[in-house]
Amino acid sequence: MTAARNITRRAAILAGFAGAGALIWNADNLTLNPSFSRVFHAVEDWTRMSQRMLLQPGQLAKEYSVADISPVFKPNGTFNPGGAEYDAHIAQDFVNWRLKIGGLVRHPMSLSIAELRGLPSRTQITRHDCVEGWSAIGMWTGVQLGLLLKAAGLASGARYAVFHCADNLDGEPIKGGEQGPGQYYESIDLVDAFHPQTLIAYNLNGKPLGVPNGAPLRLRVERQLGYKQAKYLQRIEITDSFRNVAGGYGGYWEDRGYEWYAGI
Amino acid sequence: MVGDDEAPSSSLVESFYRHRLPVRITHWINALCILFLLGSGLNIFNAHPRLYWGQYGADADGSLFSIEAVDRDGGAHGVTQVGPWHFDTTGLLGWSKYQGDYVARGWPHWLTIPSFQDLADARHWHFLFAWLLVFNGLAYLGWSLFSRHLQKDIAPTRNDIYAIPRSLIDHLKLKHPAGEAAKRYNPLQRVAYLCVIVLISLMVATGLTMSPGFDAVCPWLIDLFGGRQSARTIHFISASLIVLFVVIHLAEVVLAGPINEVRSMLTGRYVLPKEPRR
Repeated sequence: MTAARNITRRAAILAGFAGAGALIWNADNLTLNPSFSRVFHAVEDWTRMSQRMLLQPGQLAKEYSVADISPVFKPNGTFNPGGAEYDAHIAQDFVNWRLKIGGLVRHPMSLSIAELRGLPSRTQITRHDCVEGWSAIGMWTGVQLGLLLKAAGLASGARYAVFHCADNLDGEPIKGGEQGPGQYYESIDLVDAFHPQTLIAYNLNGKPLGVPNGAPLRLRVERQLGYKQAKYLQRIEITDSFRNVAGGYGGYWEDRGYEWYAGI
Repeated sequence: MVGDDEAPSSSLVESFYRHRLPVRITHWINALCILFLLGSGLNIFNAHPRLYWGQYGADADGSLFSIEAVDRDGGAHGVTQVGPWHFDTTGLLGWSKYQGDYVARGWPHWLTIPSFQDLADARHWHFLFAWLLVFNGLAYLGWSLFSRHLQKDIAPTRNDIYAIPRSLIDHLKLKHPAGEAAKRYNPLQRVAYLCVIVLISLMVATGLTMSPGFDAVCPWLIDLFGGRQSARTIHFISASLIVLFVVIHLAEVVLAGPINEVRSMLTGRYVLPKEPRR
């Protein structure tokens, strides 16, 4: 081996180790660096595209049997949205609660719980996976979101369903430090919106949803993590983009650094 | 380092080309991936520092393993639970110092990536290096099969299997193969490398099982591991076994001659230890 090649190789090895060392040493700084988050976003896109390539649009999440149901379905996030308005709804057993569907639809709708319960329903026993790592299995009954969206009729440009909720989880700052609006919201694309297991659920384990689990209505998107399963649903807005909603990343937790695509 | 592969010394020291370039490159990329995956994995674990067995598992369900902060005798303690046993691990696990103050956190800050507790950021690092690990691992396995490195150098031969007890005793006596015998991986080395390939594959498979999206593609994988929470526990156990491998691997590097061993993984050239005089 010639001396020149030796030096080049030595330089390459040293550069490689210096780079790796710098990466390890600066991991905390890189985590907080907004430009580096582009790398993380690219990984998220890559993950989403890979999963979407493997997943058939209608492929179902695993459904379990009654024997598999968790004894306790752990609530997380908001346990009770509180406030005079929500307290009044609890007192009235949610008879005056409305689910509004608007935005890029031809026929905006406003439905009561009784009207939703009158529609064809789907019951499924599925596993809820929290991003934190725990899982709970529950039996959900509700109306398929696809059915409601077909009735509302999507207008041209419709790409996302944004879910606006009654709970406010303020306290945790938006990524980057500034305190953002803490109203819970979520969004999914039309692939998931029209998935047969995507429900506007009103029953858990055969009983009306309890307050800690999202009474009176919560979303079920079974191929994604728990933070997508928005509780206390008030309004579904069909949009072409979620960039102008709250923090702009498509959800309460997404605005705080979590992935919009929560399939992993 | 200088001079070993130069002409004059080669007549005195016998060196040979031990590690081919693809092995060396994938080895170091793999090492970096494992480091980041372990660090970010422990940060992710801290978001819910409990392990379960079965399809479901949350706070109300009994845990196999947990690291928690518990209020006891008027003060906070770190308590690590393994099955029926509880250990006070204050200062290390469950209740440890971060920037001067004690905080409730499973694994301490000096073991996690990032060092501060943030599930979202830890997941970002984890998935970045998980993809790199998968591509690097596929490149390694593809090359190893094609070049027959896996079949010839890693897979233990019948003789290797018979020689495992002997090899084990030699390792415990810190006796390392010399001369011609040092040109090939010894029986324990083969078993260890094969195990680590299996463990990393198991990490990827159990990791994917924790993804609700992937579970819809491949529901049989959940059943293979006995449920998502079992898969999470197996993920953790496999990671612990990889840590055990790394500890032994590094100890062997030190015992067998760290300069020669590290150099061989950088340049490929390995100086054969001399046979002891009889």
